Amino acid sequence: MIDLSKKDSDISHYKDIWVFIEQTDGKPAAVSFELLTKARELASQRGCGVAAAAVGKSVSHLAADVFKYGAEKFYIVENEIFADYRTEPYRDAICELVIKYKPEVFLVGATTQGRDLSGTVATALRTGLTADTTGQEIDPKTGYLWMTRPTFGGNLMATIYCPKHRPQMSTVRPGVFKAVPVDDPKEGEIISEKINFTEDQIVKKILKKVISGEGAVNLGFYDVIVSGGKGMGSKENFGIIKELADLLGGTWAGSRMAVQLGYIPQSRQVGQTGQTVHPKLYIACGISGAIQHLVGMQTSDTIIAINTDRDAPIFDVSNYCIIEDAVKFLPKLIEKLKNMQKFGG
Amino acid sequence: MHILVFVKQVPDASQVRVNYETGTLIREGVPAILNPFEEHAVEEAVRLKNEYGGKVTIITMGPPQASEALKQCLSRGADKAYLLSDRIFAGSDTLATSYALYEGARKIVDLEGDVDLFFAGKQAIDGDTAQTGPGIATRFNLPLITYLIKIDELNLEEKYVIATRLTEFGQETIKAPIPVFFTVEESLNILSHSPLPYLIKAEKAEIELLSGKNVPLDKEQCGLKHSPTMVKKAFTPEKRQRGATLSGTFDDVVSQTADKIAPFLKKVS
Repeated sequence: MIDLSKKDSDISHYKDIWVFIEQTDGKPAAVSFELLTKARELASQRGCGVAAAAVGKSVSHLAADVFKYGAEKFYIVENEIFADYRTEPYRDAICELVIKYKPEVFLVGATTQGRDLSGTVATALRTGLTADTTGQEIDPKTGYLWMTRPTFGGNLMATIYCPKHRPQMSTVRPGVFKAVPVDDPKEGEIISEKINFTEDQIVKKILKKVISGEGAVNLGFYDVIVSGGKGMGSKENFGIIKELADLLGGTWAGSRMAVQLGYIPQSRQVGQTGQTVHPKLYIACGISGAIQHLVGMQTSDTIIAINTDRDAPIFDVSNYCIIEDAVKFLPKLIEKLKNMQKFGG
Repeated sequence: MHILVFVKQVPDASQVRVNYETGTLIREGVPAILNPFEEHAVEEAVRLKNEYGGKVTIITMGPPQASEALKQCLSRGADKAYLLSDRIFAGSDTLATSYALYEGARKIVDLEGDVDLFFAGKQAIDGDTAQTGPGIATRFNLPLITYLIKIDELNLEEKYVIATRLTEFGQETIKAPIPVFFTVEESLNILSHSPLPYLIKAEKAEIELLSGKNVPLDKEQCGLKHSPTMVKKAFTPEKRQRGATLSGTFDDVVSQTADKIAPFLKKVS
């Protein structure tokens, strides 16, 4: 655990916007580059620099991408012991960097790893953290970061700021901002920090890792989500949901009812006790739209619902309402779309 | 074995409505419930107690009404429940909340003895921040295991636990020493019905009260005034309107739908 007495309490000494570059086995998370893109915009408003920070067994190979998306500096902490993500050593490494280099803003992806890390880092640093934000802007008057997040299941939006503590920390949902490379990427500076941790100082040991399609799925990564409910009638019928999702380069999901009926794993549940999603296109198939479901998807850009009941609440939030049986409708729709794909419409 | 579970009473977010004229939440008549993730945390704690022996203590921070959530925990088989309640905590953000609960939990350790396993839900359904559990774990400097889906092994003699959690890409199984702090997923277990003796005991149980009077507090870390994050403004997102019903023959509707979806079609390489 870090020594808090080393933390500079003069907030005017904190500069620049930092983005945590999340990686698993050396592969970066897409949200990191989305955040770098946003950080460039915030930095130009604030008149400061953009930097990236990564912890891992080996992360220097990420530098090219990090600079391509606009970081001017890349702070790295590399060590065998960081091969797998573990809360405590990652926290301590990040805290060391923050205490030494004093970023004004620190952005983290609101992924499983990012949420695990940010809560413990913010507490260790005794600073504020705004979770799961969907909007970020700099207050032109004070220079503070305004962070907007949905709360009460998306029924209310709150704009939060952190005036007296640094860094201003926030997790941002994947897919909210678009990753755009800079026009003329420059070779940035890599600052490699040595931290003397040894494995015997870390009490948590990872015994086994299972990578599985049926495990945790971050539905937030996808532009298109095809989702099914009770009206799909069977687990087998989710085959057509998956087929449509695949055709659209998206992913598949379902309602709590679909989980309870055993049609889909809980890891793919959208809604209050599942995941909150906001894709560009959400196709709800045989989902009636219980409020628990609506709060998890009603911020999607476009919603198309297919349901036999014209009074189903799902239609109250849908841009396009299709009063049909999804099980009969989807195969025809897939056939039509395949033709369009082949013959260009 | 002593298990301490942190719980929160929350408004049933699925029943909160928005007044679009005033831009405020309508909370009247919205039932307060035990945060669903914490129902599973209590369930797991009681299951472990029944298997290994020991006791389960519950703590919540909130107004006096939050006793209801505590009684629900007792009816699930928890042994004792503490309500941490004081005006000084009003308006706490997650950092101030984790401070208050940390001090409350330290008091419980004084009164009830050392804790082996700490549990909380992975997040609360009203704020959805997922910060308070990790915050408390950090203050205690305990190993943290978030998104818990299974306790594979508990060894009280050698003081370790083996547990499985969700990750972005699947699952991982971790060995950690006791004491340890878990935040839990719903899929951790299936809720059982409260047996009648538990229900009767819960009804009669006294809730223990904690406040600034019996818990030593650093007032500089409590409440709205000492919370690092502030609310600038709150507003209601634009209400969605019911859109067009696609009509015509079945084939017409298929064609219209395909046209709407076509921009998302994957390019064939």
